Amino acid sequence: MITSFLMRSFDRSILIAVAILVGLAMLVPALNLLTAPDHPLHVPTYLVSLFGKYLTYALLALALDLVWGFCGILSLGHAAFFALGGYAMGMYLMRQIGARGSYGNPLLPDFMVFLNWKELPWFWHGFDMFWFAALMVVLVPGLLAFVFGWFAFRSRVNGVYLSIITQAMTYALLLAFFRNDMGFGGNNGLTDFKDILGFNIQADGTRAALFAASALMLALCLILSSAIVRSKYGKVLVAVRDAESRTRFLGYRVEHIKLFAFTVSAMMAGIAGALYVPQVGIINPGEFEPGNSIEVVIWTAVGGRGTLIGPIVGAILVNGGKSIFTAAFPEFWLFALGGLFVLVTLFLPKGVVGTAGAYLARRRAQRKAQADQMPDNLAAEPMAAE
Amino acid sequence: MYRILQILFVALCLLISAHVVGSRAADDLGVLVDQLGAAKLSDMDDRIAALAKTGDAKVIPVLEALGEGELYQRKSDGKVFLVKAGGADLQLVDPVTGADAGATPKAAMQKVKVNNAVRRAVRSALGGLTLFSEDTGARLKAAQSMLQTPNADALEAIETAIAAEKDGSVRKVLVEARAVTLLVSDRPDDQKRQAIALLAEGNGRNGLAVLTSALATADVSLKPDIEAAIARIEQTQAFWSAGQNVWYGLSLGSVLLLAAIGLAITFGVMGIINMAHGEMVMLGAYTTFLVQEVVRNSYPELFDWSLAIALPLAFLVTGAVGLAIERGVIRFLYGRPLETLLATWGISLILQQSVRSIFGPTNREVGNPSWMSGAFDLGGLTITWNRLWIIVFALAVFAALLFLLKRTSMGLKMRAVTQNRRMASSMGIRTPWVDALTFALGSGIAGMAGVALSQIDNVSPNLGQGYIIDSFMVVVFGGVGNLWGTLVGAFSLGILNKFLEPYAGAVLGKILVLVLIILFIQKKPRGLFALKGRAVEA
Repeated sequence: MITSFLMRSFDRSILIAVAILVGLAMLVPALNLLTAPDHPLHVPTYLVSLFGKYLTYALLALALDLVWGFCGILSLGHAAFFALGGYAMGMYLMRQIGARGSYGNPLLPDFMVFLNWKELPWFWHGFDMFWFAALMVVLVPGLLAFVFGWFAFRSRVNGVYLSIITQAMTYALLLAFFRNDMGFGGNNGLTDFKDILGFNIQADGTRAALFAASALMLALCLILSSAIVRSKYGKVLVAVRDAESRTRFLGYRVEHIKLFAFTVSAMMAGIAGALYVPQVGIINPGEFEPGNSIEVVIWTAVGGRGTLIGPIVGAILVNGGKSIFTAAFPEFWLFALGGLFVLVTLFLPKGVVGTAGAYLARRRAQRKAQADQMPDNLAAEPMAAE
Repeated sequence: MYRILQILFVALCLLISAHVVGSRAADDLGVLVDQLGAAKLSDMDDRIAALAKTGDAKVIPVLEALGEGELYQRKSDGKVFLVKAGGADLQLVDPVTGADAGATPKAAMQKVKVNNAVRRAVRSALGGLTLFSEDTGARLKAAQSMLQTPNADALEAIETAIAAEKDGSVRKVLVEARAVTLLVSDRPDDQKRQAIALLAEGNGRNGLAVLTSALATADVSLKPDIEAAIARIEQTQAFWSAGQNVWYGLSLGSVLLLAAIGLAITFGVMGIINMAHGEMVMLGAYTTFLVQEVVRNSYPELFDWSLAIALPLAFLVTGAVGLAIERGVIRFLYGRPLETLLATWGISLILQQSVRSIFGPTNREVGNPSWMSGAFDLGGLTITWNRLWIIVFALAVFAALLFLLKRTSMGLKMRAVTQNRRMASSMGIRTPWVDALTFALGSGIAGMAGVALSQIDNVSPNLGQGYIIDSFMVVVFGGVGNLWGTLVGAFSLGILNKFLEPYAGAVLGKILVLVLIILFIQKKPRGLFALKGRAVEA
């Protein structure tokens, strides 16, 4: 039964993508750990971390695509969910430092000692346990999205208005996390992590494992998203995107449908953030920047909204481009990014994957049409030969 | 202490009759000054008192020189001179006429001896003297110092000065100084009561401190009066601080209005999400910078006019940029608001980076013209000119825009196109042109806002980013498609922000405002002044 569910849940392209991701999850760590540094196939550790970071970005873009591509909600607040997940993981990592901080306080992280705090704030309790932190990684963004979406969708705030108030939410969180008395390290954020689950966070093995975890998590979320999108609920989701009022008149509770997608998407963004933080080694309020959220939108748009593979491709393409560009011509990166925004919206509204998919579909249709004509020709030919 | 008081009193009496004996004063002064040189340290007090008694303004530099140790006696004839330090020789100045009296070797002169007791006597004599100075500014300063450090000994001097004072503002300070001084003196209680009543009337920052300290030492019978007066002053101060908050709020509101008003056109009227709006403000600010550079280098005398020159230029520059954006990008995206948002965000990145490449990433210096700097007091409020002008300017822009939309043929066409595009088109209105011009107008207004904001904000490539979210909040809060909504939205958000700040702090106040707006939009998704009818669903 599970097999039939799985078979129903995705088409070939998703299967291929999942296979590639699982393959990468095994191959890249193997090439990093098992080959000698001078081996031609060796993957240096910094590349492993870099690509691990891209994969978490891809997961974030996938999360956004679920609400934007399939439900028409352009959230400009996904960087906030991402950052909240990141902070939850960061808090776990901070607690793991223990007495190894510069002030050597076994309980309090360095910045609290620096601020002359005497005891741990209540919301830091429990973060010394991984399972609790992992739970918070999905619960906190999920809860925020649920409460926010509950109010917003119920009062039928939609379209551009929703985009603007999600942006306001991110901005408010940005300001809040910049405050020192919030208890999240203020401006500097959380950093100087030592180990995760008892493994040194700087070690090659841990990095490779984090990469594998990111790839597998991305694959898992891809399967989940695909299952959602291809289910009956997914059809209604698309109906809400294309004709919200009509769907409502047909008797569907549009706000519930939107709320579910929004909450699931926020949880996925939180997971992406949690995988991102140990790989880059820092989380600070800058992650809440409204600009970041909009950048996620452009990854999705470049790859192709409304396709599940698209955002993954887009995130990796744009961020790969960013890494190359900022190293080679740092001044031109913003020109390139800005140009990308304009050109993609004007000329490539379906994105790379969407356009390619449409092209392939047309080719297939042509070939099919040719194939349909073939028998006639074949049938006609002998006659002509005669 | 008593002696000083005496001296002062006599000095005052003499001053009143000074012009009667004016002709003789100069001769006497010379003698008195010369006596300073001959006196022993113990006699100095009397001599200084005698000098102060003359009430002559020429005594001031002599006493000052005495305090500084710059008064010398000539050994040959015992005459006393002011001395300017310089080189081996001493430059002599006649104390009475103020004329140069040539240079003398140091050996020929002897310094007039000073100790701390003498310096004290000099200081109090000077304080009394400056109360009667010819210069209004000096009198005001003396009165203010009396007000801030009340000294019971100076009471009579103050009273005499009040009688002689003609200048209203100095007199006001003197009266307040007298009341403050009275409280620390040993005058009878009914006089003190009057003083307390007087202090309670004023907005008294000084009064409060004096009354609070007097409360501890005062007579039991006086205590209720003092307590009542303190309560009264605190009430007045609360009133004025609320007033100050309203003023700050209006000031912030005018900034928000300026930033949002162009957006009210592009977003509110046309429905275009222009994320590059903040960059239009930034371009306006940079236009001001360029104009000021040219003016500074070529026509420095026109500097006060630089803003007036920059205003139309900024309008034209940003209007042209807006026109280019509309024709080049936005017109292909009508009916796809989310895509417009992304494309204009891309444009904003490009504009920011262009400005950063051309002008550098650091803040550029934009000066305030003379009529925009400084401040004045209004009751208990301190009002700075630049903030006042910005409020005036914001309201003027608002009025002009309202006039344009409601009273001109261009405005009529704009409204027609936004209300029913196809119908407007069938009536012969060239809708694409109206779109382009409306967008250019909105951008141009943002540019003019940039000119004003360059006066109070850092002119850097990031200038616009700081305003974009706030501007959207204002427009959404006020109600899309309604200029009055933008006005009310801007000022109410500004004032709300400033009233939250004292309780919550600047950052938390801002967060609270954002949260309140988010909640408000849940309640009224179309803003404060919502459009009604068919336009809503369109």
